Amino acid sequence: MAVVEAPKPSEESNTKTSSQPNTITLRIARSNPSEGQEPSFSEFQIPVQKWTTVLEAILYVKQNFDHSVAVRYSCRQASCGSCGMKINGRPALACYTKVSELNSNVITVEPMNNFPIIRDLAVDFKQLISNHKKMKPFIIREDSEVTPESKEFIQTPQDLEKFLQFSYCIKCGLCNSACPTMATDTSFIGPQGLAQAYRYVADNRDKGKDDRLKIVDDSHGIWRCHFAGSCSQVCPKGVDPAMAIQLLRGYLLGFRK
Amino acid sequence: MAERLSNREGIKGMANPTRYGLERVAYWLQRLSGLGLLAYLIGHIYETSAIVNGKIAWDKMLELTQTIEGHLILTLVIGMCVFHTANGIRVMLGHGGIGVGKPGQPEYPYKAASLNYKQRLCIWVSIALAALAMMYGASVLLGD
Ligand code: HEM
Ligand code: SF4
Ligand code: FES
Repeated sequence: MAVVEAPKPSEESNTKTSSQPNTITLRIARSNPSEGQEPSFSEFQIPVQKWTTVLEAILYVKQNFDHSVAVRYSCRQASCGSCGMKINGRPALACYTKVSELNSNVITVEPMNNFPIIRDLAVDFKQLISNHKKMKPFIIREDSEVTPESKEFIQTPQDLEKFLQFSYCIKCGLCNSACPTMATDTSFIGPQGLAQAYRYVADNRDKGKDDRLKIVDDSHGIWRCHFAGSCSQVCPKGVDPAMAIQLLRGYLLGFRK
Repeated sequence: MAERLSNREGIKGMANPTRYGLERVAYWLQRLSGLGLLAYLIGHIYETSAIVNGKIAWDKMLELTQTIEGHLILTLVIGMCVFHTANGIRVMLGHGGIGVGKPGQPEYPYKAASLNYKQRLCIWVSIALAALAMMYGASVLLGD
């Protein structure tokens, strides 16, 4: 069995990054609401390197101190969208946040807000996924590019640029966690879903614009966005959901055709 | 309990302007000034409605409102009015997709185009105009 060694502070990194402490305190929020367990914090002293990510620090705890910490992760490279959590008060991907960039000896990790807690850092994505599905996240049109007599639908690089960045969404939920409307409105579609509605509307292969506009034109839909921009502040993939939402609303307000 | 299970931030989180940059501050100021103006409008209707009770009632009301406190409140109302209008125009245009940037290939470190310098400039200008208007208003109301 492979033994995974936790990163140990080396002499070299000590001299090179003298301002960087090599032991930090990691505070992990613990709770298990379904068992009625009250929220509390567990604290651990963790050795870190310049490149240690918050996720690696949490996994160090699991390997060395307490295996029961619940955390969801998979790719460890900002691609799967599993490891969103609140890190020192702001939603971020744990695998994409280096301890050193937080400029603090104390790192507090908590479950993302606006998602029900399953246990510790793991939250429930049911609402995000169901709202995402409501946006019809697929190309809608009568014909197909896979039947024998058809050809692929041609797009120019310019056509692609109109939706490409929105298609980079990894459904990590950070945007929904930062959104001020999401904080109080339990039925809001949320920036993730609204941005995905625009991703397909902006795709010139798609003919489902009217369908989607009808879905987002709802009292808990696009009108609840106040363009506070917090979603775009925290999005780790450059999706810029705030831009997508305003461009989508442009259709409903008659600014765009 | 439901709040804790769903882990929503609630009103406290919604109204916390400290975490997500200037745009979130503008959102907060727009809400606060909108509610402030609404409160002022209601108060103002109540105040001016004193006139239907005749000159004595009206003069009494003026005594109550033409005070240092009254003028300080008015100065604040001027500030809220100017910020709310100027920032409101930015927000309305933004809501129509104007000035929110152009989609393109995201490049590391993925700075969002909708949080661009024009938006930020408009927010600062709204704040500056409100401050200037308040200074002028205060000098007229509170000056000799
Ligand atoms: C020219 C004048 C005005 C403009 C351009 C303006 C613009 C706006 C805009 C764009 C919003 C929506 C902001 C958002 O989506 O978050 C808003 C919200 C609001 N406004 Fe105004 N407004 C003006 C005057 C007033 C006045 C005179 C009052 C009060 C009597 C007022 C009270 C409110 C309130 C209570 C809100 C709701 C705040 C919120 O939900 O964030 N507004 N205004
Ligand atoms: S829009 Fe950005 S923050 Fe929101 S779910 Fe997609 S990748 Fe995550
Ligand atoms: S583990 Fe996949 S995004 Fe962080």
